Amino acid sequence: MTDDEPVRDAGFDDFLDALADGDGYYVECANGHGSLPPRRVCPECGSADLTETPLPDAGEVATYTRVHVPAPSFADDAPYVTAVVDFGPVRLTGHVLADYEDVEVGTAVEPAVGETATRGERLVVFEPR
Amino acid sequence: MTKVRVAGVGVTAFGSHPERTSRDLFADAGLTAVEDAGVAREDVEGVYYGNFMGELSEHQGHQGPLAAEALGVQAPATRYESACASSGVALRQAVRDVRNGEADVLVVGGAERMTNLSTAGSTEALAIAADELYEVRAGVTFPGAYAMMARAYFERFGGTREDLAHVAVKNHANAVGNDRAQYQREITVEAALDSPPVADPLHLYDACPVTDGASAVVLVSEEYAESHDLDAGVAITGTGQGGDRMALQDRADVATSPAATEAAEEAYADAGVSAGDVDLAEVHDCFTIAEVLAVESLGFFEHGEGIAAARDGVTTRDGDLPVNLSGGLKAKGHPVGATGTSQVAELTKLLRGDHVNSEHVPGARVGVAHNAGGTVASAVVHVLEGIAE
Ligand SMILES: [Zn+2]
Repeated sequence: MTDDEPVRDAGFDDFLDALADGDGYYVECANGHGSLPPRRVCPECGSADLTETPLPDAGEVATYTRVHVPAPSFADDAPYVTAVVDFGPVRLTGHVLADYEDVEVGTAVEPAVGETATRGERLVVFEPR
Repeated sequence: MTKVRVAGVGVTAFGSHPERTSRDLFADAGLTAVEDAGVAREDVEGVYYGNFMGELSEHQGHQGPLAAEALGVQAPATRYESACASSGVALRQAVRDVRNGEADVLVVGGAERMTNLSTAGSTEALAIAADELYEVRAGVTFPGAYAMMARAYFERFGGTREDLAHVAVKNHANAVGNDRAQYQREITVEAALDSPPVADPLHLYDACPVTDGASAVVLVSEEYAESHDLDAGVAITGTGQGGDRMALQDRADVATSPAATEAAEEAYADAGVSAGDVDLAEVHDCFTIAEVLAVESLGFFEHGEGIAAARDGVTTRDGDLPVNLSGGLKAKGHPVGATGTSQVAELTKLLRGDHVNSEHVPGARVGVAHNAGGTVASAVVHVLEGIAE
């Protein structure tokens, strides 16, 4: 490891890689519970029988906010809209690429991977359908 | 199983004291508590100490030993961390240890130094209580997370920003005479509504301030209190803790706080009381919406009904069930690691009659303290009862 080379978070960064390639997935257990990596067992039932299942193409905004006072890593991004989006078996959090006024609970969005304006760091984004 | 008494309490002035170290803040609160208790320092068998962001705010981890030496106590000391519930979980462990006969005298408390950080710095530090990978990297701040809970609540049960403003107005009014409170002044609903947005629908006056401060309580066994003729008229009769998934996205429902419901049910059963027996409560109102979720989880109101409690005057100081007579986190302040035991210190004073707001709860016997970590992925509830002499 060197100072200028960021270390990956195994599982999480693999998930972002896949989502960026349009191959998003979630972790599904034998009992149908969804979760996000890295997982060795299902957080709901403890099942170790886990498979990577394709993430649905679109989800619905479950709740959202517009952040006016950001952490330093989002200083140049603010104000921005963050939402928890429901994909059925799993929910995912990210920035909605839309004006606050155009977002509602129930708004249909598609997931992708974008970059922050502040530091160029990867993050989950949602585009309205 | 022995019973647990609160022998003494101490709380620093909460506010902006950027130059004061956690060790100095804790010495202030802890020495006051030991003196209030009237216990001999050499009888203290352990120090249980809550602290959340010491590594980030003052580059200091491993604060347990510093807490003990700040009090001149020669006893083992451990730091507990559960975000904003840090001293609440420390208290729960101490209650259990006294009950089980492991110790007769324990000092429990917490401290946090926060205002030496910039607003951006404290925003970043508080965010580590959320899921780093799936929330923080998506831009979720602490106010942002509670804003999403508020949005979900409004969507499911209804409610308005004005309803929330009444929570802030109530808690500010309660803090006016409390000389430990950060904001000893009243605010209006209009001022709350007009304050700048932090994370919609939450505005500045929906949020607790950034605070430096410390708190401590001295717990003793009933036998120790009697054999040493201590004036310890308040008992901790119930303790409960609940947990939830860390990230909001991993919970089926973010319009309620099931971890706190779990903690409350356990604490009530432990004490042999029910929600209807409670005379007053100190709850974790880091944001106005958090008080709404708290009073519902504590069983005072049905889901969807807590939003109107402050507006309708039920939880104001002259209401049937005063909530946050101290001023709450909103007006008293929220030095994260100190909050849990500060609630118990305030409740103890309210029950024993030497709190500025005791006059509003004459004859009160049962009090409840509700302390939550993060977005209530951790919750701890304690039941306090005044002992009729
Ligand atoms: Zn499962």
